[in-house]
Amino acid sequence: MPDIKVTPLGAGQDVGRSCILVSIGGKNIMLDCGMHMGFNDDRRFPDFSYITQNGRLTEFLDCVIISHFHLDHCGALPYMSEMVGYDGPIYMTHPTKAICPILLEDFRKITVDKKGETNFFTSQMIKDCMKKVVPLNLHQTVQVDDELEIKAYYAGHVLGAAMVQIKVGSESVVYTGDYNMTPDRHLGAAWIDKCRPDILISESTYATTIRDSKRCRERDFLKKVHETVERGGKVLIPVFALGRAQELCILLETFWERMNLKAPIYFSTGLTEKANHYYKLFITWTNQKIRKTFVQRNMFEFKHIKAFDRSYADNPGPMVVFATPGMLHAGQSLQIFKKWAGNEKNMVIMPGYCVQGTVGHKILNGQKKLEMEGRATLDVKLQVEYMSFSAHADAKGIMQLIRMAEPRNMLLVHGEAKKMEFLKDKIEQEFSISCFMPANGETTTIVTNPSVPVDISLNLLKREMALGGPLPDAKKPRTMHGTLIMKDNSLRLVSPEQALKELGLNEHQLRFTCRVQLHDPHSDTDTLSRIYTHLKSVLKSYSIQHVPDGTVIVESIVIKVTSSAEEPNLKVILLSWSYQDEELGSFLSTLLKKGLPS
Amino acid sequence: MAAHLKKRVYEEFSKVSQVTLEEVPSKKLRLTKPSKSAALHIDLCKATNPTDALQYLLSFARKPVEAESVEGVVRILLEHYYKESDNSVRLKIASLLGLLSKTQGFASDCIVDDAINTLNTEKSHQVLAQLLDTLLIIGTQLPDKTAVIQRLIDVACKHLSSTYFGVRNKCLQLLGCLGTVDKPLSKETDTGAGAGAQTSAVRDVLSLISDYFQDQDPRVRTAAIKAMLQLHERGMKIQQTIYNQACKLLSDDYEQVRSAAVQMVWVLSQLYPESIVPIPSSNEEIRLVDDSFGKICHMVSDGSWVVRVQAAKLLGSMHQVSPHFLEQTLDKKLMSDLRRKRTAHERAKELYASGEFSSGRRWADDAPKEKVDTSGVNLIDSGACGAFVHGLEDEMYEVRIAAVEALCSLAQSSRSFAEKCLDFLVDMFNDEIEEVRLQSIHVLRQISTHITLREDQLDTVLAVLEDSSRDIREALHELLCYTNVSTKECIQLALLELLKNLSKYPTDRNSVWKCLKFLGARHPTLVLPIVPELLSTHPYFDTPEPDMDDPAYIAVLVLVFNAAQSCPTMPALFSDHTFRHYAYLRDSLSHLVPHLRLPGRKQTASSGVEASGVGSGSLESAKNFLQDSLVRVSALQNLETPGAQDLLEFTIRDLLRLGELQTELAGSADFCATYLRCQLLLTKALQEKLWTMAVPLCLKQNAKVSTATRQILDETYKLEFLYSGLETQQIATIHNVRLQAKALQLILTARSKRGVDRVLGVCEKFLQDVESFQRLFMTELPHFQDSFVEKLLELMPRLTACKPLDLVKILQTTLRQSRCIHLKLPEQIHRASATIIEPTGESDNPLRFTSGLVVALDIDATLEHVQDPQTTVKVQVLYPDGQSHIIHPKPGDFRTPGPGRVRLITQVYLSHSAWTEPCQIEVRLLLAYSSSSSKLSSSKPAWNESMDGLPTSESSIEGTIHLSKPVKVFIMPKPARR
Repeated sequence: MPDIKVTPLGAGQDVGRSCILVSIGGKNIMLDCGMHMGFNDDRRFPDFSYITQNGRLTEFLDCVIISHFHLDHCGALPYMSEMVGYDGPIYMTHPTKAICPILLEDFRKITVDKKGETNFFTSQMIKDCMKKVVPLNLHQTVQVDDELEIKAYYAGHVLGAAMVQIKVGSESVVYTGDYNMTPDRHLGAAWIDKCRPDILISESTYATTIRDSKRCRERDFLKKVHETVERGGKVLIPVFALGRAQELCILLETFWERMNLKAPIYFSTGLTEKANHYYKLFITWTNQKIRKTFVQRNMFEFKHIKAFDRSYADNPGPMVVFATPGMLHAGQSLQIFKKWAGNEKNMVIMPGYCVQGTVGHKILNGQKKLEMEGRATLDVKLQVEYMSFSAHADAKGIMQLIRMAEPRNMLLVHGEAKKMEFLKDKIEQEFSISCFMPANGETTTIVTNPSVPVDISLNLLKREMALGGPLPDAKKPRTMHGTLIMKDNSLRLVSPEQALKELGLNEHQLRFTCRVQLHDPHSDTDTLSRIYTHLKSVLKSYSIQHVPDGTVIVESIVIKVTSSAEEPNLKVILLSWSYQDEELGSFLSTLLKKGLPS
Repeated sequence: MAAHLKKRVYEEFSKVSQVTLEEVPSKKLRLTKPSKSAALHIDLCKATNPTDALQYLLSFARKPVEAESVEGVVRILLEHYYKESDNSVRLKIASLLGLLSKTQGFASDCIVDDAINTLNTEKSHQVLAQLLDTLLIIGTQLPDKTAVIQRLIDVACKHLSSTYFGVRNKCLQLLGCLGTVDKPLSKETDTGAGAGAQTSAVRDVLSLISDYFQDQDPRVRTAAIKAMLQLHERGMKIQQTIYNQACKLLSDDYEQVRSAAVQMVWVLSQLYPESIVPIPSSNEEIRLVDDSFGKICHMVSDGSWVVRVQAAKLLGSMHQVSPHFLEQTLDKKLMSDLRRKRTAHERAKELYASGEFSSGRRWADDAPKEKVDTSGVNLIDSGACGAFVHGLEDEMYEVRIAAVEALCSLAQSSRSFAEKCLDFLVDMFNDEIEEVRLQSIHVLRQISTHITLREDQLDTVLAVLEDSSRDIREALHELLCYTNVSTKECIQLALLELLKNLSKYPTDRNSVWKCLKFLGARHPTLVLPIVPELLSTHPYFDTPEPDMDDPAYIAVLVLVFNAAQSCPTMPALFSDHTFRHYAYLRDSLSHLVPHLRLPGRKQTASSGVEASGVGSGSLESAKNFLQDSLVRVSALQNLETPGAQDLLEFTIRDLLRLGELQTELAGSADFCATYLRCQLLLTKALQEKLWTMAVPLCLKQNAKVSTATRQILDETYKLEFLYSGLETQQIATIHNVRLQAKALQLILTARSKRGVDRVLGVCEKFLQDVESFQRLFMTELPHFQDSFVEKLLELMPRLTACKPLDLVKILQTTLRQSRCIHLKLPEQIHRASATIIEPTGESDNPLRFTSGLVVALDIDATLEHVQDPQTTVKVQVLYPDGQSHIIHPKPGDFRTPGPGRVRLITQVYLSHSAWTEPCQIEVRLLLAYSSSSSKLSSSKPAWNESMDGLPTSESSIEGTIHLSKPVKVFIMPKPARR
């Protein structure tokens, strides 16, 4: 039986280092090639030796598909393509292709320049790697080779995030990457058509969460910022450079515009400016509002948000500052935090999760005194707020996507095992489809039942149509007679005559004969005529003939009556029918076995 | 066949020429037109290849065909149809047949047979579909011919088994449009066999259509559902049995099928709301309307936004659904890491209940508490769960708007639901699209009778007051006018925010004041405890007197005074200056400050008397006063005595004052006063005795009288067009006065001008006016005894015959003898009025711009009681050099915030050549009128039709009336720099 094999090299019952291998219809595809944030050693990248111990990957992989530009989905790409060795095509959407190298370069700088690691990929490698990228458009079907085709769907999450459908023949797999089913201020919701894939590989970060409406959170966020600014305080929002930062910018920008506020908003510079540039360009990937209004004004051309300069932090009066990094562990955001922490009028809003040990985590847990380097302590008097703005689908969203796509099997990745377990149960219970959650390196095999296309001759089809009956219904199987010819790697269904002709064979007649014994006191001819009348009354729409030579002919079935001399009452009825009339013949034999009506 | 047809055409030719001979030659041109069919025939015969023929047909289709020649054309087309082998040409012919049968006055039943015949021989599927379409058009033209329709239905049934989806589509459409479910009555006379066939066909139509619900082609499935809906629309009864099929179609792969199926389910839920359906996979049963509600709710999270919009819209009209299901739509069980979490709404409510408000939230404040039983969590909710939560969060704003509207309509019918959906609506105030925000504010206003806002909700609502969009702010003010709040803190909060709003956007002044007026009047008991604080009074110390011109202070006073109206203990808390300010505001802003009973105040003693006199029944007494004055005037027999004229003058003065005091009666009082002034002017003009004087002497007098007549004419136009609520009788009375004025004018011209020609023209015009009066007000004539008009009409035969000079003489005597008509007041008269709010005309800074270029001037005005403002209201700009521009505002610039009120917010473009120094221009609103578009002629179209041959000079008078006071704007066009 044909099957599809899925093996996660990363993100199997885990978050980070997304890398999933899929073998479908004899093709091998790698979905995402990410790095793990939590490790600094070899575990940081997926274990490519699983594919091949030594040598290049090119001959083992047909293509690599990257779903979006987050490093846990594309961070290992230059390592794989340049250092391990892969020369095949890498597919990603246009925005991903544009933004991905910026992030990779940033990642490289931090690892090599700051942490001083060697044996890491170089800028040139990133460039070489990006040369192998083939861009994808939404809903565009790309033929990787004669049999393998891929198609991208909108996934929300971040700019350019895509879900991919991989199809070989009639077998297909959908990989969601990260996606979001609720729209936000700058991106729309994920959407897929009813493509009924054999496997839907879905992320499950929020497998056990059902989230509250986004509006409440937005409103709270805006209210807090507004109140602080009105009080004359300063607001610090530590963010990661891409993704949520843009959403919050748009949120504040529109709010400022709506409410006619004048306080300045700053954005700490760096790679963000470059990224913002791409956000401006890829308007088609954003949500309805931005797409509709960009003719008048591109929402990413911020009116109120200006670039931040280090000296601005000491300016008097209210202001809002977005600064990187998001967990307050280093860099500009920490510097600004140190300056502002002493004033209770100020506020810091943490828009995301903070890892243990970072300043962000400490202050979120209510620590009032922080120890800084050099034994200095910092009093935290400013207000600390936490606002979660996450762009992953919650449990309901995942279920909604399953309902949209109607897959035959489910496979969960990119989540914690415990949480996956819960969702797996739910999916199996509510959709009654099987659901898998392989760990890293573990292979899931799914047997598929691909449909085999057969050419049918027009004559045969027309003859079948002419036989009458209801119109063919696509959803109901219908039986028909024909001959299947398997020749030269092709399948054809033709009429038996044509098959005989083509193969140069003679037709063999196949006749069945059957004897039915019957007790009947009448003479043979009388019995025959009684059979005739009986059949006539039962089979109304068939042609029944009483031939003078002592036979009754129903269609092509011949019925004769004989009796032996010793037992004149025991009549032997001889039935003979051809193979084609098998149905009618067997019906007649059972009918006659029941006896004749007296 | 062809020969026969040709003969017919030639016959037609000959017939035409015969008729031409008999008729007058002037009509010849029109009657020779039927050659169209012949021309077409010739064209088609000329066409050698299908492309040419198609071209001819296409160009032919662009021209209209007269009803009488349609049949000939149809024959030609059919003849060609049979000969034609090319599909596209046949297709075009078939579509032309349909087009032609739509021609008015053409009995399309004569081509039914031919069309059906062509159907039998046709092989091409596309052409077949087009022919069926033609039959559909013919069938819809002949709704009464049951025999024809029966035939068409038979044809449709026959072709339903076609393999081409288009043909099946059209057949279903035909069945939907023409099929019948109940037996037509006329068929009962038929033979038994016929009736039997009929019933079988009848029973079939529904089941036949429902068979195609499972067709393999989605387009056919859609057509089948649509046909069913069409049957329903035509009043046929749809059976409940198709409910299950329709529900299955809700999960179809194609969006158009789902969209139609949603409608179908909705229709069924409206037809059989109470029937019981089983729940699959359990043995429970629920009402059909609940079941379908759940299913439609499910569609709110469909993949296609078209379906989502449709589902959300339909939800709003399902009022019969049980409250239990309804409330589920707002339910979304939150969960975090498998623990039950409370929604922000619930948390806000709890915070409020615990007395703690607006606490800064800590991290993990919303941390989940109880552990969720994993088996109990239902991630895919069967039914209605959270439908609106999804709808309101949808990506497409169309869906969000539809959901908001549906919420509104459901909330209006259920109080408890209204309370529940409040939180969600308030959340929508924060939507990214202004349209959605505006819509949700409007919706909240509509359901505000059901709800009381909590403090935290009010807080969110009020936050929107700072919105920079004026529409949003005003909608919110409107909302606050109707809102109930629960505590005195809410009042304080609202006042605070409104004052903030006022200081940020001073142009909102009127709107904010009005809002506070209602807020105060609604919550007197809540205002009472905070009065000292609001007025900043102190039990021991005198506080400084606030500035009376401060809009914020006025706002506070408006709130307090309106609350005090129904709270008699409140005035005791006022300090002295408050009473003074009250008196001032009562006078200057009488529409905002109500009358207060202020006991123990000497100062208000006099007004107290007035109050007791006018008091509660002030409107009643004012009405009486109005009637009395009118009666008094009508008692006057002769207006020429000086006493009578004095009385008239006093009455006019009284009425004008009354109008100022009683806004409800302003329209009526003004109307009467204007009318009386007309009478007075007329009497005075007649008293000048100019006709007894010699011609040269009367020139000076002449000037005086002619201004008077012009004034009367102007006033009559104002009377007719500025006031709404007039009846025919009043209009006739006005016309009578106008005729009198015109007669006077005529006399003046006759006396001052020499030359009969000139007078002759004027006379004729006058006579036409009289005639048109007769036509217009035939029914009103009995009320005009002894009037000018009646006398004129009596003399009419003589008038038309006599010479101009005699006519003038007759007019002179009639004018002097005629009695003035007394006005009967209709129920309610409103005077159209407008005030320009912006520009205020107070600015000293000139608007500078480069000469030759344009500058945009924002105009904001309110119009009251203006009918059809989009067409009648214009903006006039008057430059100092006498140049005047009239600008027509766009229809979109008019907004209607309330009944009878219209708001005009527009921009006018100014331009002028360079000036040496700034100067003022005047801007005002005009009301354009034309009697042809006046309500009189529009209400009597029958008359217009019957008399359309006659010249109606009366009905084409056009002009403008000043609608508002002019506002001066300082502008300064600078010379362009080179």
